[in-house]
Amino acid sequence: MSGARWINDPLLQVDRLTMRFGGLTAVNDVSFSVGRGDITALIGPNGAGKTTLFNCLTGFYKPTVGRIAFAPRGGLDPARIETLTRSSGKSARDHGQPLFLLERMADHEITRRAKVARTFQNIRLFSGMSVLENLIIAQHDELMRASGLSLFGLLGLPIYRRSEKAAIARATKWLERIGLLDRADDAAGALPYGDQRRLEIARAMCAGPALLCLDEPAAGLNPRESADLNDLLRLIRDEDGVSILLIEHDMSVVMAISDHVVVLDYGVKIADGSPLEVRENAAVVAAYLGVEDVELDAVEAQIGAETQP
Amino acid sequence: MPEKSPPAPLVQTLKDAVLAALIVGGLSFPILAYRAEPDFHNALALQSRWPLVLIFCAIGFVLRFGLSLLAARRPPQKAAAAARARPARNWVAPLGLLALLLYPLAMLVLLGPQAALKWVDTFGVQILLYVMLGWGLNIVVGLAGLLDLGYVAFYAVGAYAYALLAPLTGLSFWALLPIGGLLAALWGFVLGFPVLRLRGDYLAIVTLAFGEIIRIVLINWDVVTHGEAGLFGFPNITFFGWPFIPGPRGFAAHVGLPYASVQRLIFLYYIVLMLALLANGVTLRLRRLPIGRAWEALREDEIACRSLGLNTTSIKLTAFALGAFFAGLAGCVFAVRQGFVSPSSFTFTESATILAIVVLGGGGSQVGVACAAVLIVGASELLRELTFLKSIFGQDFDPTQYRMLLVGIAMVAMMNFRPRGLVSSRTPTLFLNRQQSFAADLVREGRG
Repeated sequence: MSGARWINDPLLQVDRLTMRFGGLTAVNDVSFSVGRGDITALIGPNGAGKTTLFNCLTGFYKPTVGRIAFAPRGGLDPARIETLTRSSGKSARDHGQPLFLLERMADHEITRRAKVARTFQNIRLFSGMSVLENLIIAQHDELMRASGLSLFGLLGLPIYRRSEKAAIARATKWLERIGLLDRADDAAGALPYGDQRRLEIARAMCAGPALLCLDEPAAGLNPRESADLNDLLRLIRDEDGVSILLIEHDMSVVMAISDHVVVLDYGVKIADGSPLEVRENAAVVAAYLGVEDVELDAVEAQIGAETQP
Repeated sequence: MPEKSPPAPLVQTLKDAVLAALIVGGLSFPILAYRAEPDFHNALALQSRWPLVLIFCAIGFVLRFGLSLLAARRPPQKAAAAARARPARNWVAPLGLLALLLYPLAMLVLLGPQAALKWVDTFGVQILLYVMLGWGLNIVVGLAGLLDLGYVAFYAVGAYAYALLAPLTGLSFWALLPIGGLLAALWGFVLGFPVLRLRGDYLAIVTLAFGEIIRIVLINWDVVTHGEAGLFGFPNITFFGWPFIPGPRGFAAHVGLPYASVQRLIFLYYIVLMLALLANGVTLRLRRLPIGRAWEALREDEIACRSLGLNTTSIKLTAFALGAFFAGLAGCVFAVRQGFVSPSSFTFTESATILAIVVLGGGGSQVGVACAAVLIVGASELLRELTFLKSIFGQDFDPTQYRMLLVGIAMVAMMNFRPRGLVSSRTPTLFLNRQQSFAADLVREGRG
């Protein structure tokens, strides 16, 4: 355990995060870290609060309580996090190493400034736009700056054309990787389901993230597509050096690719560790398969919580 | 499926041919249907030439049908035909532009200065104003997908800006034109802020209220706007300093022509044509820039936009502001054209008409919106002229009373057969290998 990257070199640190909707506590006092360069899986039964947690991380929900510290480059220094937390700021920059408190930022700022990109459980592509356009829109911020807030672009200055070419080249690279180069000019909504899933990942990658959050990327994929997806995710981790946090139900995917697994049940973290450790964990087995009534007390004691279903 | 495919092309061909005939009808209707000729009392009399229109429609039908049949018989050559069709299409825009440029002069030559007045004003300036308003609203509704029911408010801001500032500041039309546009854009911003969080029906209701607020302020702010009585007597447009008046100081005397009131309207026609083309050029260009793509992405999926780091606030505000800017420009021209502005010109009906133009044109398509403006405004005006219906329904029949009914029926029929408007497909803004259009069912509608 002492060699684990999520302890020694985290890039995201979630502290005591709680999200309440009225009387319902969807996420309850959850703390965990995501290691730099890891594929971290967030698993749990239906309704465990995984997607809620995701929405908190990416700014779609404002967490009721808690802190989410994120450092795209360099390290997460506890002292710096404390200083920033005491100030009213959203971010701090120290020797070119930015630090962000995501719970204080708006959703679009989290992607644009902190470089956290995400996909959705129900695919959200721009279905009436071409595959290529989908990937170009993900690079909006750079292109907007290059187009001089549209002014240079309106005048057709070369500075904008150059950056548009660069954007297309980047999109082409991703289309090649996901094997959709020959469908670049088709409407995104006309693609088969598996291709749409991969395109959504490529689109998030075109936003240039340091952390990629995938909400059930393997849902609805056949075994072959699922294996391709594993390869793609490994490629993203190893070649682009992007850390990945993913929600997944398919245990074969989780066990095959993840370096670190965090398990939620009823909004509470019940296990956290390497895939092997988690698989052996009695609480996780209980959460997924259920337990006999006689074992209940023992399991609850092990979790250290009175989780009331 | 394979056994179903043979009849489909024939039905499609027939549909195409009927559509072509309708288009020919629509186009030839204003040009051919009536001709004004002096009778022996030397008064102008309208002479209807309906058979001629019908003949042209029939020719259109037969030609289109024949062409489609020929094309269907040679499917392998389709690609080659498409390649050849491309340069042919490039002729359409310059030809259309030439026709638009020659239109008022042709009317003048064909009908004389007095009869041309109506054709240049109602069917020229007025339709172009609506084309421009349609294009402005198209940015908000068609591209950004924000349903705006109070668009006429910005038109009013432009018109009142000119009517109030022209006598006050003594500035010329050309100086006030951008000011009117910018003031309208400012109000677009002001409206944009409170409605940022609203979507769909809620957005529509608030924009509707905004349109009414502007109108009611215009009615009640007596001291400035003179209420329902409106503003008049403000300086009219001049030909770069030469006023359009009879007498030695006027435009006509300077260029050595006899004075005719149509000269002012022809000048206005060219101004609004230029402004409309400018609006079109800017919109087409912006659509291929990041901001335009962001508008369309906003229409497709706002949440996905935010997840990609797009600031939806600024994207919505720019759409509102640019749409309002074009309405402000149109408003300035409107004030000059009428020489009189009052709140009754800016009722909800106007907003509804402009929205109908955008929806009928197929939100997002510039060509579609222009055609729809010609259809809706042109047709509803032409229906005033259908005096021949008196011979069918008796002398008491007044066609002007039924004109909105007929327009309504036409719109219901239209929405039934082409629910996504005249041009419903979407062409991507950039492509890697080949450009192709997307069917309407993939593209989201502008529902906010």
